[in-house]
Amino acid sequence: MISSIIENVLANNALITAFAFVGILSFSTNKLSDVLTAGRIHGSAVAITLGLVLAYVGGSVTGGSKGLADIPVFAGVAVMGGAMLRDFAIVSTAFGADLSALKKAGLVGSLSIVIGVVLSFVVGAAVAVAFGYTDPVSVATIGAGAATYIVGPVTGTALGASSEVIALSVAAGLIKSVTVMIGTPFVAKWIGLNNPTSAMIYGGLMGTTSGVAGGLAATDPKLVPYGAMTATFYTGVGCLLAPSILFIMVRFILG
Amino acid sequence: MIIYGVALLAFCMLTGSITGKLIGALIGIDANVGGVGIAMLLLLFLTNLKSDHLKLTPLSNTGIAFWTAMYIPIVVAMAAKQNVYAALNGGAVAVVAGLLAVGASFALIPILTRMAGQPDDQ
Repeated sequence: MISSIIENVLANNALITAFAFVGILSFSTNKLSDVLTAGRIHGSAVAITLGLVLAYVGGSVTGGSKGLADIPVFAGVAVMGGAMLRDFAIVSTAFGADLSALKKAGLVGSLSIVIGVVLSFVVGAAVAVAFGYTDPVSVATIGAGAATYIVGPVTGTALGASSEVIALSVAAGLIKSVTVMIGTPFVAKWIGLNNPTSAMIYGGLMGTTSGVAGGLAATDPKLVPYGAMTATFYTGVGCLLAPSILFIMVRFILG
Repeated sequence: MIIYGVALLAFCMLTGSITGKLIGALIGIDANVGGVGIAMLLLLFLTNLKSDHLKLTPLSNTGIAFWTAMYIPIVVAMAAKQNVYAALNGGAVAVVAGLLAVGASFALIPILTRMAGQPDDQ
């Protein structure tokens, strides 16, 4: 009886449960980071990685699409980590951002969005060809998925791709976003991700909002507004370029 | 009043999202194009106004600062709700395409940063 009461209270106060859960998770990962890595791997990087692991567990247990949040008592995680609060928190980071740094890197930042979309598309399309796909629609859809998991289905739907290929393009985008979240703190030093200019370029090249949000949180939260500023335009540019000019290029090359 | 800061933040985000949706509609896609960026620019603009009447008090500022501090926990929750299971079961072509796209993009960052004329070991 007690367990059903507890379960009831947790599920009925979903968002509050999520606050408590993330608090406990962060506390444990901060301790883990101190004890195991002497603080060398940021506590938030460990927390994000553990979050992804739990999301995998949630998905494999429930078969749902919202990771851990598909388990009823953790449903609030979907609210707390949903687009609404995520974007609200991202916008708040602009408070105190350096306007002149934004202006200074504005041009190269915008350029990086277009380069980022084309680069990811080309890489994704090349991989699709390497795996034996030959029809331009499938190749373009998988290429678009390597941009983000929104560009993929938008492109696939516009071009009339099969649902298997659209699912593949979503998976490619998800892999990208997860890799960016986990990988960024490890490569940050090597790629010079330590100033507003490189953060804007990073946001423009990566483009996945969740990937960039997670990657910068685990690297240096002060860089968040700069990366988010460019990343927010990426999906729009991708949805514009992939089903049009990039698809035409693919069709031209594949005959 | 803390709510002034929170409300200002909300106003910026809503204005940005509406503008982003409008841009999306104009170019024919059902997506919020640049809404977050527009909201951030608006927040920067409004909080940097010189007028004394509009200046936020330190207490109002905490209404914004709270959400900045909640950013990382929110991102942790975001990670926990990703469809990681589907990503890893999507097939080899998806995994390879996603990984290589990230690798290529990472590699380009120092090159573009140098182009921007900023030493990358600042």
